[in-house]
Amino acid sequence: MISVVFYPVYNIKSYIVMHLIYHLILLNIHVILRMVVDGGSGNTCEWEGRWNHIKKFLERSGPFTHPDFEPSTESLQLMLETCKILVIGAGGLGCELLKDLALSGFRNLHVVDMDTIDVSNLNRQFLFRSKDVGRPKADVAADFINSRIPGCRAVPHFKKIQDFDETFYRQFHIIVCGLDSIVARRWLNGVVLSLLVYEDGVLDPRSIIPVIDGGTEGFKGNARVILPGMTACIDCTLELYPPQINFPMCTIASMPRLPEHCVEFVRILLWPKEKPFGDDVTLDGDDPAHIQWVYQKSLERAAEFNITGVTYRLTQGVVKRIIPAVASTNAVIAAACATEVFKLATSAYTPLNNYLVFNDVDGLYTYTFEAERKENCSACSQIPLDLHFSSSSKLQEVLDYLTQSASLQMKSPAVTATVEGKNKTLYLQSVASIEQRTRPNLSKTLKELGLTDGQKLAVADVTTPQTMLFRLCFTS
Amino acid sequence: IMAATKASKEQRYDRQLRLWGDHGQEELENAHICVINATATGTEILKNLVLPGIGAFTIVDGHTVTGEDVGNKAQAATELLQELNSDVSGNFVEESPDKLLDNDPEFFHRFSVVIGVQLPESTCLRLGSVLWSASVPFLVCKTYGLIGYMRLVVQEHTVIESHPDNALEDLRLDQPFAEFQNHVKSYDLDSMDKKDHSHTPWIIIIAKYLEKWFSEHNCQLPKNYKEKEAFRQFIREGILKNENGVPEDEENFEEAIKNVNTALNLTKIPGAVEDLFNSEQCNNITSQTPSFWVMLRAVKEFVHNEGNGSLPVRGNVPDMIADSQKFINLQNVYREKALQDAAAVSKHVECLLQSVGKVCSKNASFLRVVRCRSLAEEYSVDSVNKDEITSCMDNPDSEMVFYLMLRAVDRFYQQHSRYPGVYNYQVEEDISKLKLSVNSLLQEYSLNVNIKDDYIHEFCRYGAAEPHTVSAFLGGSAAQEAIKIISHQFVPFNNTFIYNAMSQTSATLQL
Repeated sequence: MISVVFYPVYNIKSYIVMHLIYHLILLNIHVILRMVVDGGSGNTCEWEGRWNHIKKFLERSGPFTHPDFEPSTESLQLMLETCKILVIGAGGLGCELLKDLALSGFRNLHVVDMDTIDVSNLNRQFLFRSKDVGRPKADVAADFINSRIPGCRAVPHFKKIQDFDETFYRQFHIIVCGLDSIVARRWLNGVVLSLLVYEDGVLDPRSIIPVIDGGTEGFKGNARVILPGMTACIDCTLELYPPQINFPMCTIASMPRLPEHCVEFVRILLWPKEKPFGDDVTLDGDDPAHIQWVYQKSLERAAEFNITGVTYRLTQGVVKRIIPAVASTNAVIAAACATEVFKLATSAYTPLNNYLVFNDVDGLYTYTFEAERKENCSACSQIPLDLHFSSSSKLQEVLDYLTQSASLQMKSPAVTATVEGKNKTLYLQSVASIEQRTRPNLSKTLKELGLTDGQKLAVADVTTPQTMLFRLCFTS
Repeated sequence: IMAATKASKEQRYDRQLRLWGDHGQEELENAHICVINATATGTEILKNLVLPGIGAFTIVDGHTVTGEDVGNKAQAATELLQELNSDVSGNFVEESPDKLLDNDPEFFHRFSVVIGVQLPESTCLRLGSVLWSASVPFLVCKTYGLIGYMRLVVQEHTVIESHPDNALEDLRLDQPFAEFQNHVKSYDLDSMDKKDHSHTPWIIIIAKYLEKWFSEHNCQLPKNYKEKEAFRQFIREGILKNENGVPEDEENFEEAIKNVNTALNLTKIPGAVEDLFNSEQCNNITSQTPSFWVMLRAVKEFVHNEGNGSLPVRGNVPDMIADSQKFINLQNVYREKALQDAAAVSKHVECLLQSVGKVCSKNASFLRVVRCRSLAEEYSVDSVNKDEITSCMDNPDSEMVFYLMLRAVDRFYQQHSRYPGVYNYQVEEDISKLKLSVNSLLQEYSLNVNIKDDYIHEFCRYGAAEPHTVSAFLGGSAAQEAIKIISHQFVPFNNTFIYNAMSQTSATLQL
């Protein structure tokens, strides 16, 4: 009896294609690196045996190496001298990543972080000391690494990731992220996707920059490998991220039940009304005086409704949306990410394909699986997305869809379209004067706005570095 | 100055205090751990204990500095680590663990946890025996190439606060206590105005409809899918309708319908807790009995008396659609009942011994005890866990193969006083030697399993390397397990953890 295993055609084809292109990327990283090596620079900071642990993986053949792997004594030089890695974030994951990468032989590191150091970072962001509080994380982290690990050349950037354009990102062989927001992840995802080059519809593997993305929260964490244009991107798996908890306004305003509701009442409603520190002073979660005020007012609010449990710690946690964090989880996830950087840079082993989940609340639990690409992913599929609305729908409905749909989750989309040959901004929130001018459009129907069936709408949003194109399809 | 230090510590440790609380932090700051061998793995583990504020550490390391690990040895390591957190006191002993075991085995008795890193088998077993007799928890860690290994050796570790991820609520709707029943009586759904009706907590709604169901179904709960569906429909019919007969938007009723399934779960004592009630320690309380067992026995007494067969009420209710007053009143009914039950438990504790039973009462459903087999049991031919090994090896690529390879490599070391494949020229010839070690291992334990040659080759290739990223992964994992042991919060693994960095997979084995 012959058993036949039947795979849908899509899977076989895509598997072969992926496998081939996968080979090519790894091959190409090596080709690129080889092209740049100029025969060694006579290192001044090596000592006997320094890289023994790594050399064993680069100079010896083995049964589990990637099919492309060739043992070589040159690979170490390539790693040390030429491979250029970008580390995004110099916080809990970032500090660990910088250390792991530097100790694994990667010396050309850039690190981007827009934050300064806070006391509460010191329980895990070990490149910082009490005396560093207030200084930019990127600067202090790079200084520390460069002074403690001989030969390492980490370059800091005290900036937002959005301050750079593709020319900056294009210079790196691999990007590793230790970000703390989904919006930022999606933005970076958009950038690496925008770097992809297609010729006659075929992806040029040399334009692919692998992204390794790590995330942690308390005792849970995950690490994933993204090959843009090839494997699932951030947006393909948007539904994996739990939605942020925002309490309904009626609960906050008139029917609080939990201590958190009381704090949100003070933050959202009372502060703007009472302006306790001055007319134009917004609530600063890092200012203890502000938190103290919110705390006292929250206690009063809670007392009105017989709610117990408001503490200073809880108040601060709600205002700053604090996520608990420990050194151990960050160490584990960063280590897993750094292992993947090593694999990708050297083809010593087949990289993770493509998602690892970790949880050590009860014993230690890991789960590894292949996150699948979404055929109609708003970020990485080449197809413009269709928007189905009737011509008598109001523009507000379209905006609601863009923000509320699970697969798009935009924050404040700006919509433009070409109407009667001219570029028309239908609605834009971020510039007050334009917002005022275009606000009446929200209650107009699509027909009234002059939009036609099949019309392309261009949408810009913080979640994506490039404008997204949608196609308007009128239902009956 | 005291207040300022306390405040700055609260700030510094804020993110972790939200996980294990002030009491967990106190346990950590009162602990003294020992790490043997300040290798990359050892220092990573230490870093992840120093940063959260362990009270003290002692490094035991008799090795001299080599090129591979400059900066990792005892003194240098101690200084670097101290820098990370000035509240922690660091010590080092430049002595091999074997010497200490020869001359002063009681040296190890003072520690909260002993963590042995990259120990050869003989040292490991000697130390294991000493620590087992002294009831000192022992965590064995090894980074070998791309494989990470941890073995926890603790006779009996009790956990009151396990912090389970997805615990079911403890609402007692199937057996409502008197105070709850009285509270439910104070509601009359039929005579309420619309606003009150839409803001009645779903727990009350289900309770009310259950009463009606009981009277029509011979005091039986809805049992199967059909009955639960009928019950849900029953509730749905209670949604107010407007003048045109169209149902209003009553989110609280929708919540009730959604929660029918879990709300009708029978209140029962978890099997794990029943086992604890039946255990020797629980039933033979003496003046020497640790407080955990005294409290557990008090909970058992409660179950057989005031509890009428059930555990103390937990006292939490989930958030739900309701107006403030209704929610708070309902919450207080459960809270007061929990306090009452806890007081009853405390009274039992007083009768047994002087102690505090409140925390135990609230966490009664989630009490856990972890008991690991000793190393002696794991390594003895008579008590080796053959079943676990052979059943895992049905899949020859399961993580169990790495456990066997690590054992084989230890055997190789015992025979040749070195690890296989450390130098390039050794790799080829050591493959056949390692294979002999593998076969001798399998033969000694009568293990009828097949280990692929690929793994033997791979372990020669590793050459006992300790790559940093694998050390770091293990460093985080081991540190957190040590914190669990010290704080008695969250549940440690039992008893062998294998991490495979090649495939980014892991497994927990009981050996």
